[in-house]
Amino acid sequence: MSLLELDGVKVHFPVKKGLFFDRTVGHVYAVDGVSLSVEAGQTYGLVGESGCGKTTLGRAVLRLNDITDGAVVFDGTDLAKLPSEEMRAFRRRLQMVFQDPLGSLNPRQNIESILAEGMAAHNIGKDQAERREKIKEILAKVGLPSNAMSRYPHEFSGGQRQRIGIARALVLEPDVIICDEPVSALDVSVQAQVINLLEELQESLGLTYLVIAHDLAVVRHISDVIGVMYLGGLVEEAPSDALYAGPRHPYTKALMSAVPVPDPEVEDRRERILLHGDLPSPANPPAGCRFHTRCPWVQETKCATERPPLLDTGDGHKVACHFTAEIEAGTVKQTLATGIEAVISTEAVATEAVEVSEGDAETADAPVKKEEEPATVPAQADAGEAERAEESPKA
Amino acid sequence: MPLLSVEELSVTFTARGRKDATAVDGVSFDVDQGQVVGLVGESGCGKSVTSLALMGLLPRKGVRIGGRAEFDGRNLLGISERKLRDLRGSQLAMIFQDPLSSLNPVVPIGIQVTEILQRHRGLKGEKARKEAASLLDRVGIPDPDRRLKEYPHQLSGGMRQRALIAMAVACAPRLLIADEPTTALDVTIQAQILELLKELVDQEGTALLMITHDLGVVAGLCDEVNVLYAGRAVESAGRRELFAHPTHPYAHGLLGSIPRLDAPRGEPLRPIRGSINDKIAWADGCAFAPRCDHYTLECLTGTPELTEPRATGHQVRCVNPVLPQAEVPA
Repeated sequence: MSLLELDGVKVHFPVKKGLFFDRTVGHVYAVDGVSLSVEAGQTYGLVGESGCGKTTLGRAVLRLNDITDGAVVFDGTDLAKLPSEEMRAFRRRLQMVFQDPLGSLNPRQNIESILAEGMAAHNIGKDQAERREKIKEILAKVGLPSNAMSRYPHEFSGGQRQRIGIARALVLEPDVIICDEPVSALDVSVQAQVINLLEELQESLGLTYLVIAHDLAVVRHISDVIGVMYLGGLVEEAPSDALYAGPRHPYTKALMSAVPVPDPEVEDRRERILLHGDLPSPANPPAGCRFHTRCPWVQETKCATERPPLLDTGDGHKVACHFTAEIEAGTVKQTLATGIEAVISTEAVATEAVEVSEGDAETADAPVKKEEEPATVPAQADAGEAERAEESPKA
Repeated sequence: MPLLSVEELSVTFTARGRKDATAVDGVSFDVDQGQVVGLVGESGCGKSVTSLALMGLLPRKGVRIGGRAEFDGRNLLGISERKLRDLRGSQLAMIFQDPLSSLNPVVPIGIQVTEILQRHRGLKGEKARKEAASLLDRVGIPDPDRRLKEYPHQLSGGMRQRALIAMAVACAPRLLIADEPTTALDVTIQAQILELLKELVDQEGTALLMITHDLGVVAGLCDEVNVLYAGRAVESAGRRELFAHPTHPYAHGLLGSIPRLDAPRGEPLRPIRGSINDKIAWADGCAFAPRCDHYTLECLTGTPELTEPRATGHQVRCVNPVLPQAEVPA
């Protein structure tokens, strides 16, 4: 059994209105049914764009947000149902590293006092001297000089502050560390130092990480398994390499194609899948598949009405899409043109607009239709099933 | 002759009772018509201050600006505020990092866009409104007539950045300065905005000065790249040349420390040690020396000169450049 297991976790925030009566007028569905499991000693990376609920989910694991529904099972105990006093004890074993290293450190406390506070709360170390020894040892581990103990957060650079944040988690000897955007506030040269540090610590201390980040390249670098979130739900989960080699969900494909790679040769060759529009509001998520309003492969059937479950498509590669196999086989065509339609010259706009409307007309007639390749494949979903074994055209 | 030619630009902030702080310390580069030139560097390298200096947006008091910035035959650093005001918005335009704080929150988008059209192109009333709508349409904002009446907070981040770009290109400027235009945006939105900027450059021949910390963005967009460190360009080259042969230890280290989406997993990152705070003044030697793996005593004998150790046009400010034999196998 996995060390940390989430089962159908939902976090809904009420939207209140009114001056006196605090009427609840709706909910923000920040996290809406996420199930995942994190194996001991591994790193689970959670990626997604802002507003997808990844941070809320991370905080929900520690019960820093109330969990509306679902279970968070850590080492056999369901944290979601624990009384808060018992939960407090569990937080020693589940620690968090926050995004903003300055904002999460009290500017009036020196480093020793910051680190000792948690130890005292959890009765680690007999007395101050013993705690001080332990702090010294941990500071050395995260690459800070021992004279850092008497200094204050503002005296450190961003990278060092993040090391302090990591040290604060480590002094409690946790099993799981939830890292919420651990490097996004840092410059690239320093970012690499912190990533390497996290990896070294995992190796030497056998830590389990849940890393939450928006930077797909960072997540791919450190994670064993990656989960991609969109609007409160997981749309794809796969081992890091498999996800990179062959993303299957249309959103993941678009996300990966949008990440810039620092290599002109690669950049010039890549095919971009540009998404239209913006993320819908989590207070009013689209019915059916959450992504169908922006999906380049959206189909007339199912997408707008049925929410696709996260299903295993083999080798632990889970996808939440009704048409995974068909997209892979190329039996459904892109129904929305990718690329920015409103381009600069007006002629271009005109021609493209015509193309788009023609495309729409066609799909209205035959929702599942192969168009990209001339080969004649019957316009049936079953054909996709048959071709599943074959190579995907959009690798 | 290049459209914009910056020579030895330096910006020093002075305050009574404090040591002078030099943010930009002799930066030179050229931008041609229809060209995208990148200024890359980490925080504190002076890239944003460079752009503010060019736009004349730095305060007059407490700032000492040196060098020249020749734009179309005029020195931007020496002309009067009145003349500069005519240039800004019509010939020179700028897009900022944070689209929310660069828009006025209490004024509808429409008024903010038509303001520019009125000031520089003399358009008024219905005419200006129509032009504003077509500008929003051009940058890919759906339903522009409705959006014109809305306030900035009603637009999403990507949409706000599009509105800012619409305002920047309203008068078909010859030079567009984009200061981290996509840093505040999500990657999928970033891809949309970069595509839009690319199209502007291709179709209008606008020169673009792209200021960013993201080498991935540079790799996809810029023709020429200048890598800045502590207020000076340490390496300048064409995009392909720079990424294929990063020669200054800083540029080399920077590329080695970025996790790449397409890199095989398990390959460790090679970070640069220390932080930007560990630097020495350029006057005393190479500012990067304290963090450099290649440094020798020679590095501490005054500012290193720009040389071309690898290829013509590939300028490197280093006495111990990373050359093929010294290159760490990737």
